[in-house]
Amino acid sequence: MKLRRIFFPALLLVAGLLLAGCHSNEPLPLRLTNISGHMPDLDFKLTDDLGKSVTGADYRGKVTLLYFGYTHCPDVCPLTLAQLHVVMQRLGPLADGARILFVSVDPARDTPAVMHAYVNAFDPRAVGLTGDARAIEALSKRYRSAFSREPGSADGNYEVSHSSAIYVFDRAGKARVLATPSASQDDLVHDLHLLLDTGAAR
Amino acid sequence: MKTITLSLLLGGLLFAGASHATAADHVHASHAWIRVLPSGLPAGGYVTLQNDGDQPVALSGASSTRYADVMLHHSSVEGGMSRMTMVDTVTVPAHGKAVLAPAGYHLMLMQASTPVKPGDSIPMTLEFTDGSTLVTRFVARPANAIDAGDEPSGH
Repeated sequence: MKLRRIFFPALLLVAGLLLAGCHSNEPLPLRLTNISGHMPDLDFKLTDDLGKSVTGADYRGKVTLLYFGYTHCPDVCPLTLAQLHVVMQRLGPLADGARILFVSVDPARDTPAVMHAYVNAFDPRAVGLTGDARAIEALSKRYRSAFSREPGSADGNYEVSHSSAIYVFDRAGKARVLATPSASQDDLVHDLHLLLDTGAAR
Repeated sequence: MKTITLSLLLGGLLFAGASHATAADHVHASHAWIRVLPSGLPAGGYVTLQNDGDQPVALSGASSTRYADVMLHHSSVEGGMSRMTMVDTVTVPAHGKAVLAPAGYHLMLMQASTPVKPGDSIPMTLEFTDGSTLVTRFVARPANAIDAGDEPSGH
């Protein structure tokens, strides 16, 4: 009787440790390009679409999808954000644990106010990040991403060519998945499920 | 003498040209929509053009009373970089179609005279290289729309 009282909790503890062990050792069966250990952790110092200074650490506890673009981009950026909105919808309530981080590569025109109206037209879990041109360049370089301003037209309008990749980070801010805009939506939903289901910190 | 022959020949050619139906006569537009972005930002316009004629035709641009500037653009991804370039024409093959859709050919609509809201129907004049035009109504859709939505699009 006495033995059983001690043995059972001990057994639970061992089982729990075994399970935890399995979790951290086995690589996640991700479907998209797995960049775990190949890209640096999420880190930046920018301004969010409410005008608040934010850093990568502010998004610890959330699975984040980092995408570079600009609001004067009428075609590819809105398409990518619209597709990410569909992905978030497919995740259902789980999506509350995720954030789309839309980083402007055109800080001259993309003020927090413009970014706020823009990201909210796509998804309530999207955050617009802008800031100092050098801070944006640093973030872009950190993920071997690139952007360049194209020569403008007479009316002062110009386009910005930019990397089309979407970088996914887990709740601990570790780089996990690299997706292209043409990646299968099913695969992205699958991988986000895996990342959202594990390590539910905060 | 030579000039007279040439004039006659040219006149004949012009006459032959005029007797033919225009590009716009052979083209049908469908799935016409605009992705509306907030704050009067440039918007993308999309349309599918079906050419029932025996000759290819080419779209050279579009205009609208609602937008001050409309440009024909093409988005592409090369080496992981997204870029947008201006194009002069989009060919609609004979008995074929040209699809202006997200991440490809599109109309870049700039400087709306009054804000365009989802649900609005905006007339656009599509212009072809032979000078003919086709007026098509584009339905304004929300920023996070994926396609034309209302019309049967085969999915």
